[in-house]
Amino acid sequence: MRLNSVAKTVLQRLGLGLITLFIVSIIIFSAVAMLPGDFAKATLGQSATPETVAALQHEIGLDRPPVERYFSWVGKMLKGDFGSSFASRTGYRRTVAEIIAPRLYNTIFLAVMTALIAVPLALGLGIVAALYRNSWFDRVVNTVTLTTISFPEFFIAYMLAFLIISRDTFAGTEFAQSLPAWLAISINWTLNVVPKFPTLANINDETPFWDHVWRAALPSITLTLVIVAHMMRMTRAAILNMLSSPYIDMARLKGMGPMVVVVRHALPNAWAPIVTVVAFNLAYLIVGVVIVEVVFVYPGVGQLMVDAVRSRDVPVVQACALVFAAAYILLNLIADIISIATNPRLLHPR
Amino acid sequence: MTSAEPLIQTTRAHRVRRTRRSRMRMALKNAPLSAWFGMGVILCYVVIALFAPLIAPYRETQVFSEAFAPWSHEFTFGTDQLGRDMLTRLIYGARNTIGIAFITTTFSFAAGMTLGLLAAMYRGWLDQLLSRAVDVLMSIPSLIFALMLLSIFGSSIPSLILIIALLDSTRVFRLARAVGLNVVVMEYVEVAQLRGEGPVWMLRKEILPNVLPPLIAEFGLRFCFVFLTIAALSFLGVGIQPPSADWGSMVRENATLITYGDVTPLLPAGAIALLTVAVNFVVDWFLHSTSGLRDEK
Repeated sequence: MRLNSVAKTVLQRLGLGLITLFIVSIIIFSAVAMLPGDFAKATLGQSATPETVAALQHEIGLDRPPVERYFSWVGKMLKGDFGSSFASRTGYRRTVAEIIAPRLYNTIFLAVMTALIAVPLALGLGIVAALYRNSWFDRVVNTVTLTTISFPEFFIAYMLAFLIISRDTFAGTEFAQSLPAWLAISINWTLNVVPKFPTLANINDETPFWDHVWRAALPSITLTLVIVAHMMRMTRAAILNMLSSPYIDMARLKGMGPMVVVVRHALPNAWAPIVTVVAFNLAYLIVGVVIVEVVFVYPGVGQLMVDAVRSRDVPVVQACALVFAAAYILLNLIADIISIATNPRLLHPR
Repeated sequence: MTSAEPLIQTTRAHRVRRTRRSRMRMALKNAPLSAWFGMGVILCYVVIALFAPLIAPYRETQVFSEAFAPWSHEFTFGTDQLGRDMLTRLIYGARNTIGIAFITTTFSFAAGMTLGLLAAMYRGWLDQLLSRAVDVLMSIPSLIFALMLLSIFGSSIPSLILIIALLDSTRVFRLARAVGLNVVVMEYVEVAQLRGEGPVWMLRKEILPNVLPPLIAEFGLRFCFVFLTIAALSFLGVGIQPPSADWGSMVRENATLITYGDVTPLLPAGAIALLTVAVNFVVDWFLHSTSGLRDEK
């Protein structure tokens, strides 16, 4: 009986997730259908003959009925064939799958690396800030995070890059020379403490693992700064909300120690909000990844998508959008399922 | 009706009703330092944006012979990659970036709020239809969605405004609907309904005044979000197109300077950051003073 109700809700969520993915795929697919009528003419240029225009339209599939096109698109996609890029020419076909695959690995690498740093850091900071509410620690962390939330990602990224470059250039600037000597020297010394992370993420297939980590360090730190602020504030709010409920007061009044109250009483109910917070922020990473990859020229899906949008290479844009949307939906789905599966009220129904 | 009038007058005599202006003055007197700072910054930005041609030393697209000139007396912050004065571009950038973000937020609010309140008022199939549409739109990250739509429609300012307004109105819709649902069950709304008021009256006179405070705060937050999205898109090179001065694209175009240890590219990025911080401070204070409600974004 008890497994039944949980399993039923989980299955419901799974179904809902699949339906969402289905509708989203239709929207992304109809992107091509929404292309302005003269798209083929526009990409081929002024000198295009009617035959070449018709050929391109046939290649994109604009000459077949939409429903048929959708199912052939989905069918091919499930087999891993995302079609070919508009950048491919006759005799030189570039499939979207072969363009995306190595980049997807890079992006997942960056995201996982960021998550491994950011999630424990944010949860730790959030829990400490909630436990010592209104202490100086809490206030400092709150002000700093409210400020970093308001910063655009590229501002943080360039600030970090600037900091690292200043290691070498600071002593030579007019500003440094206008300062008293002792101050300039101590600033220079402080700057030299910062490790010299590469400001351009130069990565290819042969890059060894630890080199990859080293070169992805700066993008990863930027993303960490962006999402830690969100995650920490939300964790703090979730824990505070939990600690103010009557049953926690009850546990305290029974004479339980603070550790027992948090671990045995607060945590089981706090899992759901915490997991939601983590998933929400990992989903938020998707947006951050696009910008940070462009700043540090990190060869990932985000950068690919931006390049494809600029050159209006719609099949590549579609595939990237589908990858991002699927990741987003999947993360939200996992969060939902975990919060259902850890909900004590559902696990112990009356 | 006639017997009610003296009653109203007597109660009025006892308690002086505060006018809206005096209430505002009282709230301002108690505003914390961060809110004052925020309002000051916003005022500066607005003045700069409105009087850009009078303040700027040169014209928006005036090109000088030296590209990437250093900071000097002639060019306060140097020149950009084409030899245009940086300070002038920053000032005009305020006008373009803030202006477009403001128009977009207004559109998104007009649409989101009207539809949200209508959905709350009529419920039924209209509510279902709109809510499910919003669910789907929100299941794709908005930056990704915006990138996809821009690749189809091309990046022009009208399409930028419409796309972002559409994507952003989903969040306004959710809030307006949620707040509206609490208001439509009130007795005075029911009374108005029984009086036979039309939908426009219901929306404007009965519901809107009571849902306004959270929505005004949301306007500030949404403005920040729209502003950052547009800046990000411009930074990626698919937003506001040259030769219009715009902070996001200014960062991208001058980013190479950073590798020489020059802070100039950080100025437009800092301008964006400062404005969002300022708006956040004001919204934070506003939310605290109008209700206990505070949502962590």
